[in-house]
Amino acid sequence: MKETKIISRRFDRINPVSLDDYLKTEGYTGLTKALKMERISIIEEVEASYLRGRGGAGFPTHIKMMGLAKETNLPKYIICNADEGEPGNFKDKALLEKDPFAVIEGMTIMAYATGATHGFIYIRGEYQEAMSIMHECLKKAREEGYLGKGIRNTKFDFDIQIRSGAGSYVCGEEFALIESIEGKPGRTRVKPPFPTEKGVFDKPTVINNVETFANLPVIINVGGKEYAKMGTPTSTGTKLLSLSGNVKKPGVYEIEFGVSIRDVIFDLGGGVKNDRKIKMVQLGGACGPVIPEYMLDMMIDYERFEEFESKTGSGAIIVIDDRFDLFDILLKTVHFFEHESCGKCVPCREGHTQLELLIRKFNKKEATTKDLDSLESLARVMHQTSLCGLGQTSPTSIIASLRFFRDEYIDRIDHPSNL
Amino acid sequence: MINLKINNIPVSVKEGTTILNAAKQNNIKIPTLCNYPDLHINSECRVCVVEIEGRKGLVTSCSTQVREGMKIITNSPRVINARKTITELILTNHDSNCNACAKNMNCELQNLSNILGIDQARFPSVLKMEPIDDHNPALVRNPNRCIKCGRCIDVCKNIQTTNILEIMGRGQSMKITPAYGKYLSDESCTFCGQCASVCPVGAILEKDETDKVWDALHDERKRTIVQVAPAVRVSLGEELGLKAGSIVTGKIATALRLLGFDDVFDTDFTADLTIIEEGNELIKRVTEGGTLPMLTSCCPGWISFAETYYPEILPNLSTCKSPQQMFGALAKGYYAEKIGWDPENLFVVSIMPCTAKKYEAQRPEMRHDGKHPDVDVALTVRELGKLIRQMGIDFESLPDSEFDNPFGITTGAAAIFGTTGGVMEAALRTVYEVVNKKPLEKLDFTDVRGLKGFKETTVNLGGADVKVAVVHTLANARVIAEQIKAGTSPYAFIEVMTCPGGCIGGGGQPYGTTTEVRQKRLEAIYKVDGKMVIRKSHENPAITKLYEEYLIEPLGHLSHEYLHTHYHQRKKQKPKHKNVMATY
Repeated sequence: MKETKIISRRFDRINPVSLDDYLKTEGYTGLTKALKMERISIIEEVEASYLRGRGGAGFPTHIKMMGLAKETNLPKYIICNADEGEPGNFKDKALLEKDPFAVIEGMTIMAYATGATHGFIYIRGEYQEAMSIMHECLKKAREEGYLGKGIRNTKFDFDIQIRSGAGSYVCGEEFALIESIEGKPGRTRVKPPFPTEKGVFDKPTVINNVETFANLPVIINVGGKEYAKMGTPTSTGTKLLSLSGNVKKPGVYEIEFGVSIRDVIFDLGGGVKNDRKIKMVQLGGACGPVIPEYMLDMMIDYERFEEFESKTGSGAIIVIDDRFDLFDILLKTVHFFEHESCGKCVPCREGHTQLELLIRKFNKKEATTKDLDSLESLARVMHQTSLCGLGQTSPTSIIASLRFFRDEYIDRIDHPSNL
Repeated sequence: MINLKINNIPVSVKEGTTILNAAKQNNIKIPTLCNYPDLHINSECRVCVVEIEGRKGLVTSCSTQVREGMKIITNSPRVINARKTITELILTNHDSNCNACAKNMNCELQNLSNILGIDQARFPSVLKMEPIDDHNPALVRNPNRCIKCGRCIDVCKNIQTTNILEIMGRGQSMKITPAYGKYLSDESCTFCGQCASVCPVGAILEKDETDKVWDALHDERKRTIVQVAPAVRVSLGEELGLKAGSIVTGKIATALRLLGFDDVFDTDFTADLTIIEEGNELIKRVTEGGTLPMLTSCCPGWISFAETYYPEILPNLSTCKSPQQMFGALAKGYYAEKIGWDPENLFVVSIMPCTAKKYEAQRPEMRHDGKHPDVDVALTVRELGKLIRQMGIDFESLPDSEFDNPFGITTGAAAIFGTTGGVMEAALRTVYEVVNKKPLEKLDFTDVRGLKGFKETTVNLGGADVKVAVVHTLANARVIAEQIKAGTSPYAFIEVMTCPGGCIGGGGQPYGTTTEVRQKRLEAIYKVDGKMVIRKSHENPAITKLYEEYLIEPLGHLSHEYLHTHYHQRKKQKPKHKNVMATY
């Protein structure tokens, strides 16, 4: 199995901050074509491509675009969510640093199609290099008339500003991100209203992942129908994966949807380091499920991942070999979320602390059967009732491990601690 | 209308109704905690979750609107378990020593735990005890009881625009506190107590001073004098189990005597006096070219607000003390002299619908002899309820009795001080007749009545049309203050009250004050007014006698000594202790 390089085709082959390099490699052909199209037909192309959000949730992009296009409350905003804070994810960083103009072009196309005039790229605070690259690229795009007033001698105005947080994980959640752009603490809002109706500064807003934007020039160039031929019928196109953990060749890889996880680990990642056995693989990042070795033939597409009711679709694959203990991993994960919870809603604020206490008990072999019940019930309640994606997805690894590694939990109950 | 099914029962409700209200309209009470009728929907507690067929997660019924064909289950095992788990989680970070809490039996969290049948705690407590902020005369903040529902923030930010309380920190270390964990007294808090009024638990309470009152009542050297504010007579009943809007004036007088007060007086008397002084001040300002618009000064929260946020408009404030403080000064001056009692052994208690009155009573300006406070203790309606319960008085069956003389003879004009628009109406009844020298045809100024936040009317005074306005809540007070600052205020006289609805919605009123309850109290107040024989302050014979005997004339020398005061810019104070910023 080989990579399908579509949106990563320019990676390491051009100087990322050179607009000339970008133009020479079909850069801005998507926008040029789009500017000659009817706005609605651009959205129709996206609909035909059935592009789904690459941030993880997999929401169809054209629905968001159509929602924004219909809004009459001006100005409208486009936000690129580049707050890639999920542990185990680094594919957006690659895009921002290796093909930044593609992201800018994608945002510009979406702005044109939806009538938005203002854009923000919200870059994770730790991505300092990406930030300076993006600053330079925005400046060049502005100088050459690809951004600003009257883009490419049309009547279309659009410009992009960079915003950044101070390292909070939850700012990757759309409303927390919007609050952060407004200069407020990163805490989510109550939905509805959704961002397309009332987003940043209470104006209509579409917020998408970096990779989603990078796909738009491709779709416009090849056409929606052609694009949809890649991947599977419901998960079209390609996906950037962040492969990490105990593999020989970790890194960012691009694959067509439908490839199996095993192929990614062994064909692209070169297998497990020191050829050890795989204990488990965590999908999507810290908020994703852990699956056992025997499930690695699972296809990578939105449907399979939706099984876990988590935002696993962001494309992280973390390989964990047999030297590691399940409860050490879970403890790290739950501690991370306990630290990153904004504290707004009860299940997330108080739930993580209790999850951590319970996992600690299993870790120390001090758990009882009652604890197993409490853990399971608590994890599910948090998943079902939390206000935002953080608390809804953070218990996924625990819920999945209760399904696939239940024996290990039972072991910790049955065998009392050695004194 | 939207048709849907709740627990398999077909119902139809208006478009835009939330699931919570749709259920309520159809006799299903979904438990809530952070939800409060007059405030924004936070949906932070997640207690009110329900199941909607076809959706994986549970949704909060307070924030989700009904849709055509929705099938909602409010009581599935999944829902019940979620509610219970969430409540258990809240309890892990709450000081659940319920017996030692002023909100015991009056606590929404306690009630919720009870409804959900929580018996044994599944999850251990992780509460880290923190110091209590009682560094001000009015309010006590106990962070250990706070469940972070955000109601207090909503009131403070959106209704009062004072922004004293905010969220600090995140996750487990998230707190609701004045900025940087400072004390309330370090901030520009007006002590309006609206936060205490909406707190579902005992995290913000008025500073309890019932012990001081018991001590005074049992001190044989002390003669105890009590005054009762206008709004108390339509709300104390609620505190003691009666219906909202019950008028209990006579029972209050009886109860206060049973408690052992030597003189049971009525603040309404000094409300009438306020009208005479303030009315004359207004006439003087209008005819002699004083600072206009003149602003009322009965409300201590509003005074603090003006002193802190709008020092420019302090000259616009009437120099009249509030009725509470006029009473205190007269009690320890005129009355002490009259009965030949050493003012040092007079103990003046006021029963107020207000927490800011506690602060006002302690202001250094409010000591006419320069040493002793004119009002020793200001109790809220809730605290009086406590005294009555502690004494074992069966309030409901008490017979009526009258207030004592001379400060017990009052008018309908004074009674309406208890609601927004009341001071204005009372003032207009008097000013109109004094200026125009003819009786009013109709006493009711309906334009300034009601719960609308910003009301105005025009009155003909001496041939000229004069515009007046009435505002309540500090958000609206800010609007008129900005107008005055900009020089665009078209009004001659403005009544300002801090709390929504005026004193009937005060921060010291019984818990559960909502718009519905305010409306009932308001109607009761006008009922009190309507039944009074005398309804104009200047016709109060006791007031006339007071001027004849003692004060001589409105705005005269003695009036200035006892009944008027000055205002000072309140600077933001430097924090008295190091901040306790949450550790991240």
